[in-house]
Amino acid sequence: MLVAGSQCCSPGLAEYRGCGPLRGGEDRGIKMPRQLGRGPSAFIPVEEILREGVESSRRQLFIDAFVSAGKVDNIAMVMGLHPQYLSSFWKTQYLLLRMDGPLPYHKRHYIAIMAAARHQCSYLVGLHMGEFLQVGGNPAWLQGLHCAPPKLRSLNEINKLLAHRPWLITKEHIEALLKTGENSWSLAELVQALVLLTHYHSLASFVFGCGINPEAEQDGGPGCRPPSPHGDSSPASDDGVGGSGGKDAMREVEVLMERMQLLRESQLEEEGVTQEEMATRFELEKTESLLVAPSDIAAPTSLQSNVLCFVEDPEFGYKDFTRRGEQAPPTFRAQDYTWEDHGYSLINRLYPDVGQLLDEKFQVVYNLTYNTIAMHCGVDTSMLRRAIWNYVHCVFGIRYDDYDYGEVNQLLERSLKVYIKTVACYPEKTTKRMYTQFWRHFKHSEKVHVNLLLLEARMQAALLYALRAVTRYMT
Amino acid sequence: MEKMARVTTALGGNTITGRTMFCHLDAPANAISVCRDAAQVVVAGRNIFKIYSIEEDQFVEKLNLRVGRKPSLNFSCADVVWHQMDENLLATAATNGVVVTWNLGKPSRNKQDQLFTEHKRTVNKVCFHPTEVYMLLSGSQDGYMKCFDLRKKDSVSTFSGQSESVRDVQFSIRDYFTFAATFENGNVQLWDIRRPDRYERMFTAHNGPVFCCDWHPEDRGWLATGGRDKMVKVWDMNTTRAKEIYCVQTIASVARVKWRPECKHHIATCSMMVDHNIYVWDVRRPFIPSAMFEEHKDVTTGIVWRHLHDPYFLLSGSKDSTLYQHIFKDASQPIDRANPEGLCYSLYGDLAFAAKESLISSDSNRKPYIGDRRHPIFFKRKLDPTEQFEYISSSSALSVFETDVESGSMDWFVHTAKQYALAGRPLAELCDHNAKVAKDLDRNQVAQTWTMLRIIYSSLGTVSSANLNHSIGKGSTTLPLMNSFNLKDIPSGLGSESRLDRSKGESRTENILMDSSSTLINNEDNEETEGSDVPADYLLGDVEGDEDDLYMMDHENPHAEEQEYSLPQEAFPLRHEIVDNPSALDHLQDKADSPHVSGNEAETVSLTPVESFSLISISHSLYENRLPSDFFNPIVRDTLLFYAEQGDVQTAVSVLIVLGDRIRKEIDEQTQEHWYTSYIDLLQRFQLWNISNEVIKLSTCRAINCLNQASTTLHINCSNCKRPMSNRGWICDRCRQCASMCAVCHHVVKGLFVWCQGCSHGGHLQHIMKWLETSSHCPAGCGHLCEYT
Repeated sequence: MLVAGSQCCSPGLAEYRGCGPLRGGEDRGIKMPRQLGRGPSAFIPVEEILREGVESSRRQLFIDAFVSAGKVDNIAMVMGLHPQYLSSFWKTQYLLLRMDGPLPYHKRHYIAIMAAARHQCSYLVGLHMGEFLQVGGNPAWLQGLHCAPPKLRSLNEINKLLAHRPWLITKEHIEALLKTGENSWSLAELVQALVLLTHYHSLASFVFGCGINPEAEQDGGPGCRPPSPHGDSSPASDDGVGGSGGKDAMREVEVLMERMQLLRESQLEEEGVTQEEMATRFELEKTESLLVAPSDIAAPTSLQSNVLCFVEDPEFGYKDFTRRGEQAPPTFRAQDYTWEDHGYSLINRLYPDVGQLLDEKFQVVYNLTYNTIAMHCGVDTSMLRRAIWNYVHCVFGIRYDDYDYGEVNQLLERSLKVYIKTVACYPEKTTKRMYTQFWRHFKHSEKVHVNLLLLEARMQAALLYALRAVTRYMT
Repeated sequence: MEKMARVTTALGGNTITGRTMFCHLDAPANAISVCRDAAQVVVAGRNIFKIYSIEEDQFVEKLNLRVGRKPSLNFSCADVVWHQMDENLLATAATNGVVVTWNLGKPSRNKQDQLFTEHKRTVNKVCFHPTEVYMLLSGSQDGYMKCFDLRKKDSVSTFSGQSESVRDVQFSIRDYFTFAATFENGNVQLWDIRRPDRYERMFTAHNGPVFCCDWHPEDRGWLATGGRDKMVKVWDMNTTRAKEIYCVQTIASVARVKWRPECKHHIATCSMMVDHNIYVWDVRRPFIPSAMFEEHKDVTTGIVWRHLHDPYFLLSGSKDSTLYQHIFKDASQPIDRANPEGLCYSLYGDLAFAAKESLISSDSNRKPYIGDRRHPIFFKRKLDPTEQFEYISSSSALSVFETDVESGSMDWFVHTAKQYALAGRPLAELCDHNAKVAKDLDRNQVAQTWTMLRIIYSSLGTVSSANLNHSIGKGSTTLPLMNSFNLKDIPSGLGSESRLDRSKGESRTENILMDSSSTLINNEDNEETEGSDVPADYLLGDVEGDEDDLYMMDHENPHAEEQEYSLPQEAFPLRHEIVDNPSALDHLQDKADSPHVSGNEAETVSLTPVESFSLISISHSLYENRLPSDFFNPIVRDTLLFYAEQGDVQTAVSVLIVLGDRIRKEIDEQTQEHWYTSYIDLLQRFQLWNISNEVIKLSTCRAINCLNQASTTLHINCSNCKRPMSNRGWICDRCRQCASMCAVCHHVVKGLFVWCQGCSHGGHLQHIMKWLETSSHCPAGCGHLCEYT
């Protein structure tokens, strides 16, 4: 006979509803971040995220996260709109920060701080300052990059490039970090650092893109800059989002649907586009992305010193590589260095497990669909998703030979392009207006979906550049 | 016979000769393919598309197919293939999704023949039918395979894999209608060219993308696949289910596989990333490549055997912009450099040693082993007489050395583990008990240690000097082995020399084992024994009779030297010596055990002020009870370290547990963890599960403590709907029924659930126990005769 213990469920967690675990925790006398009135995002109304009767899968996910991490942060709350992705994201982040790896725990958090600081993301910086201290990091390091050990400081250059102009990374950068010496990196450490950096750069994009609010415990502390510094921060002011938008908005959706239909048909019919035209279309898209730079480029005045202290050379930012009169760096051909073939193989060799998880994450986000567009159901959105993905890669100079960049123009309206480019390249300049102006009739969860695509596409782009440099170094 | 005839005819008019050679290309190559007559090779890449002829000792560029004003993406090739029937016909797959055919017979400069723009995404692979001139197959990133008839403008049929990207397509060489396709999600599909609606067969071959496949040229049912999971697998497709018959684990993702002609079990591979070499494997020997070509400086992207029936010439193209011809004669054979040796200890002290036969025989001629070499067993792999390649042969010998029964016995370990008391009683009792256990097993030194610990930690202030003397006296009278020359020291304590001898007696079993079985170990030892005056070969020529002298010298000399230092420092250099030779037991122990010894030593050697002070204090403390037990912590710590170093981790861990907080902070966490894991490992090897669990429970290391909290989840399925119950163990989320009802009381069981493996009824543990006391039938009334043990 066998004896087995039945699984039992802690009553404190069972009553969880949305933000409920906090309540449950308090019952048991544990200090919990209290739910504030404004919710996890400044852009998205609370009710949207914490709809009553969240599906059980999502609830389970939150419970698991709460159990493993001790809290459910705002990022997770917003990502929870797409539970399938969230679980994959979580696994990766957990592996990166808390599982066995070449780097010690405190350094991982410090690297996260460095990465987030590049985009002035005080939310992530604050979060990881706390974590850094919790895992026993030296508080002195938090005074700024100049107080960190030289080994971490040497990462600054590559951090800067990865954040803003990943196409400039060369094997010399890698070589400089790896050359033997007192403060040298091992290859495995470096790869973990690279993954961490790209992860947090793109996570910063997500934080700004979705207007994530500071955590409750960060509140009031000096570490918090409101994520949208440019005016209108009244939460959930209902200017057309998800509600009864104007007629224009309605038409937008219809137009988009029509265009997708049209493109699909035209693909079946004529194949009359010449190769030269395809090439020029990519160049056009690249140069056109110059024009969609956000109009309100404010000087980074509101920077706080506690974030700034982790940044050297704060003026260094994204620069379009096709600026007139300059030698443009050669276009990165996606087929020559793909994630599936080359990136994965390399990373799995140097930092096992993470390759598998990243691969899963990229696949989940690329294939994530509910077959809906705004109020329409049963739509094949693969074309739209591919357009967004490839557009993000395009602004980072990665070209797919087998993609017609004319589609981007057809499918992504100008306001959406502005938003994508801003969030991907200089997320700190995202405003609530940008968020509300694109796709005015779409659901919030769909806008979060766009942000997820953005996050992952950006991460993959930067990672590809970085890994290509590592490969070149190794050969 | 027929095969042989064909070979000669195929090679007859055109004997292949050549040497290892290469030429520079202008750009990285993506793929290469050879002409049927093995005289020409085509190289294709993003920026290159050229035909080279293969001369006797060089490649000569024959034709550049990249013509036209503006380089079009149609020239950007992912793959190229040369028709094996028509030597004017070529096909390429372009990265933009176009399939292009080329006719070399065209008079114009531009040889481009036909353009198929049906694929939406990059085309990864093109493949001609091996016997049909006009049939071309392509596989693309968009998940479709298309079959083209070159006489028509459009594809004849389209095959949808219903899944992700197609990475490779290959026509079967023997089955006219069959082709295989491999996919990014790890699947391999077999299709019949006449049935585009559905695949004939599908199986999952790899974890992650399958980059390539190749049909065996002779054996019709064999298909080799290579994947991102670094494996090459050979599948037997003759059975109804594809059966994996061979698997080779490589060190990087496998980009291409190609069976070697005329060699049934040989296959060439190259990798996608990181590793630049080309390997030729014998699939029956998957651990070491039988040949290796190391010429390329960047990843190899294309490999092809120069001639269909010639196994000695391999062509390869690479990202480093070179094209190579490799000759088998020049291949490096890793097996020559490998030193196949293995050494392993068994739990009971037996030693197995396997090495190349040649090594063993020559070695034993030179220096015969002393001691008990019992069972040399020799294994030899019989060569396959049909195999024509000699380098796969090898033979090795395995020797097993057994220790003699009484000395190798680990009974003491098991007994000690079982009988030691580690917790639950006052410290004094624990120590006494454990001392008794040790003494019963004739392990006097350990017994002594326990007694001393008791004196130090628990009887401070209560121990009378008489008592102390008594215990010491008892300890020394039970010494099993004494050399006459040191007897006079014993009443006053244990002289270092006599202690040495005694310890040697105890550890002789180990010495013999080491000396007799492995000269290797001794060699290493020897190198570390710096500072010892013993000549190196003296240690090596370990003859039984010399041992005593040897050890005496070995230990007296360093001993005398070390005594210049003050006491706390002395411990370390001394221990170092002890590591070198396991017979050096007890210098430290002396100090921990008995102040008299130290006193003796102090008199005989130089007296540094520190030393004399501390020694005097020790004696004082014992008799006058003035010092706190903390004072002894460093000594106890050294004792434990010493035991652990010596291999008796059992004593170290037991003392650690018994003393608990008194000593724990003296030893760093990592060392403690290391001890615990070693001890637990040993216990588990002896299958002393309960004791190992007790040790885990009593340990104070966090890492150890959580050992038995890991993987405690038990997954159960609902008894009604048979689906896994995720949330709670007693109620099913899906069918909303309570799954585990007690058969006796008919209530839900929320704790321990016990069930019969025969009829799967069960219930509360208590209820079932009670029920089965009175009845032998199942309480559910199913008629099964349940048993509770």
